Amino acid sequence: MPAVSMTVNGKAVRAEVDSRTLLVQFLRETLRLTGTHVGCDTSQCGACVVHVDGVAVKSCAMLAVQAEGAEVLTIEGVATGEALHPMQEAFRQNHGLQCGYCTPGMIMTALDIVRRKGHELDDQTIREELEGNLCRCTGYHNIVKSIAAGARAMASGDPALKAAE
Amino acid sequence: MYEFTYHRASGLRQATNLLGKHEEAKLIAGGQSLLPMMKFRLASPSDLVDLNKIEGLNGIELTSRALVIGALARHAEVHVSPEVQQGIPALAALAGLIGDPAVRHRGTLGGSLANNDPTADYPAAALALGATIVTTKRKIPADEFFAGLFETVLEADEIITKVSFPLPKKAAYQKFRNPASRYAIVGVFVAKRPSEVRVAVTGAGASGAFRVPEFEAALQKRFSPKALDGLSVPAEGLASDIHASAEYRAHLVGVMARRAVAAANG
Ligand SMILES: Cc1cc2nc3c(=O)[nH]c(=O)nc-3n(C[C@H](O)[C@H](O)[C@H](O)COP(=O)(O)OP(=O)(O)OC[C@H]3O[C@@H](n4cnc5c(N)ncnc54)[C@H](O)[C@@H]3O)c2cc1C
Ligand code: FES
Ligand code: FES
Repeated sequence: MPAVSMTVNGKAVRAEVDSRTLLVQFLRETLRLTGTHVGCDTSQCGACVVHVDGVAVKSCAMLAVQAEGAEVLTIEGVATGEALHPMQEAFRQNHGLQCGYCTPGMIMTALDIVRRKGHELDDQTIREELEGNLCRCTGYHNIVKSIAAGARAMASGDPALKAAE
Repeated sequence: MYEFTYHRASGLRQATNLLGKHEEAKLIAGGQSLLPMMKFRLASPSDLVDLNKIEGLNGIELTSRALVIGALARHAEVHVSPEVQQGIPALAALAGLIGDPAVRHRGTLGGSLANNDPTADYPAAALALGATIVTTKRKIPADEFFAGLFETVLEADEIITKVSFPLPKKAAYQKFRNPASRYAIVGVFVAKRPSEVRVAVTGAGASGAFRVPEFEAALQKRFSPKALDGLSVPAEGLASDIHASAEYRAHLVGVMARRAVAAANG
């Protein structure tokens, strides 16, 4: 079996894997980082979105061996200790989730949107950018609100989202 | 997914040798089409040869005559590239319409052309712009590259290295998206080149992207949506499925072509 090494949430990891192992399986089953979800396994839903070398990808559509040498960031890596990341906090404050299944992927995608589009995001932009993330519960409205608020909070560096209110 | 042996190629020669040595080997680039097919067991390569670590395959270069894009350039890179935005803005816009942001971060130009999905966007651009597909063996004009559904003239051990798009005078792409899959139900790329006008259609053809000579001839005389008055493509031979009938696709080809000409005229 091939060996693969990468950095996940700042920690170096190495394991032998079957070549078929998807990155999402590696994260969930080998590393036990079960925050990254599998909603469809057919590249549609975005529940599995993580960052690989700084950009959002669907971890069900990448082999673990393809992440050799990569920096991977999952939902487990975004908070600082007990303090939620401003984007996580924004989802909490704005009721941006119901069952929560899609939320890790939504948040990882949201962080990627902020990276590419900045902190002032209009609804239309957010909705377009969420093209690859499906939510079965919320109807998206509060997710869009959460992302706009989270993006602004990231700019002000205020985790309590004072700026957003 | 069936078992396979994974190879991380460090150069084109090594990749070519691996393809030659293993009869059922396949290249993997972005994996956005191949991995889903392997999961469904529609593809079951014995060996996967990964191109991603090969240096020099993702460059984007703008010369006075052409835009040359490496096979490994991701859709997201093409979308935001200043060279593409300057040289062929319609191509930058097209890349931004492919799938969703995460798909665009992985999927590549070479993979899209080699895959020749009948609803993919890049094949229409390659045909309309008169692109040349450069491989490890030869240079293939786009007109000769596509060979029916999911088929191209590429040989088993042939690798696309880059694609050269001659700069058009004007160009635009209009896509009628399938709202669920985001692929094209119909996409029309129109290019006014120094010597000719080309109109290429994706999504509609039962055997892949195709050009529309009647539209091209009319637009050659007058590059305006009005030039297409009274012209249409026949529904016979077009794709028909749960998403759209052949008649509806034929109608959309006309609508998207007119919109593309209007957009190209700015
Ligand atoms: C949810 C989703 C939505 C999508 N929406 C769209 C869309 O709207 N429009 C669209 O056009 N596409 C769409 N795609 C497909 C996407 O664009 C793929 O990235 C692309 O079709 C294949 O590129 P790839 O690099 O991922 O290739 P891979 O999946 O790695 O490979 C595809 C094929 O090409 C071969 N290949 C790869 N690179 C080379 C090379 N350099 N030389 C020779 N052969 C090569 C492989 O062997 C394989 O047979 C979508 C995909 C998904 C998952
Ligand atoms: S599980 Fe990866 S996109 Fe749905
Ligand atoms: S909150 Fe349940 S799927 Fe989005």
